Amino acid sequence: MREDTRTLVFAAGTCLVVSLLLSVTAAALKPAQVANEKLDVKKNIIKAFGVDISDKAEWTAVKIEDTFKTFIADATSEDGLKAYTWTDEGADAPSKYAFPIKGKGLWGDVYGYLALQSDLETIAGISFYKHAETPGLGAEIEKSWFQSQFKGKKLYEGGEPTEFAIVKPGAPLNDHSVDGISGATLTGKGVQAFIRSDAANYADYFNSIKEGK
Amino acid sequence: MASAAKKMLMDPFSDNNPITVQVLGICSALAVTVKLDTAIVMTLALTSVVSLSNVVISLLRNVIPAGIRMIVEMAVIASLVIIADQLLKAYLFDISKQLSVFVGLIITNCIVMGRAEAFALQNPPKESLLDGLGNGIGYGIILITVAAIREFIGFGTLYNFPVLPESYMGNGLVLLAPGAFIILGLLIWLQRTITKYVEE
Repeated sequence: MREDTRTLVFAAGTCLVVSLLLSVTAAALKPAQVANEKLDVKKNIIKAFGVDISDKAEWTAVKIEDTFKTFIADATSEDGLKAYTWTDEGADAPSKYAFPIKGKGLWGDVYGYLALQSDLETIAGISFYKHAETPGLGAEIEKSWFQSQFKGKKLYEGGEPTEFAIVKPGAPLNDHSVDGISGATLTGKGVQAFIRSDAANYADYFNSIKEGK
Repeated sequence: MASAAKKMLMDPFSDNNPITVQVLGICSALAVTVKLDTAIVMTLALTSVVSLSNVVISLLRNVIPAGIRMIVEMAVIASLVIIADQLLKAYLFDISKQLSVFVGLIITNCIVMGRAEAFALQNPPKESLLDGLGNGIGYGIILITVAAIREFIGFGTLYNFPVLPESYMGNGLVLLAPGAFIILGLLIWLQRTITKYVEE
């Protein structure tokens, strides 16, 4: 019986010590982690607007915050569709619009941003900041060779979403399709599907901005 | 360094390597070895966890009630892993994004639990620390070797620096798990040929 009591006391003691230790660590590191995540999102919004941020030494946290403050404004619609605008220095009207895109890849959800030119039809840039795709295959979606293909392609035509497509590498391309990734067909299909559905969701919002101009 | 202590530290580097001889920790050896930077951070994370857990369990070895021995070991290891994961998220955000779940999975890495059970429970803290360090480094040597081969053949880069000309296409096979298995198998073969180790 004494042995049982000792076991219980020891177990309770272990739990107490361990949970205290973990709570203290979590509480102490929370601010730094939240800041990292926020910065990462901002970084990817800037990237979606077509800015080259590959030079890590140049794009410090301060520069990212500054750029975000100077050029980017929140343009969330009345019914809660998230969007951002990019306004060049000295200009009155925004020159680019970005909105979040999200959907299933092969292994899990893929998160990113897609930016449009001021005509609200042509893609200005795209970025992906959170995904669980296979490194070297599906994870190529975060590489510049893949993302740079989107620039200049049409997401909308005459206010209607195009049939945006990610095709087999080497297949003929048109103004609303890009090369996919060899060995990552399913990632490509996933990205194609959520780009299309998000484009459809935002069509009314962008049309209303166009009419307002 | 006394020769016994030296043996404790160095043995797992080759003669008793956790991956190539004991064949433990294979899952993470496949998962995080696509590039050198993730393999190095994983090595650091695992080495700190296994060293610290060895020390803690060695300190507790005479007071842990026999009936809940393994659960207490798990609690110690899991807490250390969570702390390591939290630290990475706070200070090495980009790398922690790439390592994703694999830092958390150090909990299930047989090397950590194996060393706690096989060594720390019978030995004083100082020796346990050396054993933990040795096993962490032994694991790391293999991890980093595999990662260097995979990154070189797969991307033509080493630690993200290009070493092969731009025109090198990269090889997708070595980037996938089967490629890692092949490389790991060849390493085990090579290592056992050199040390003349034979499975009994």
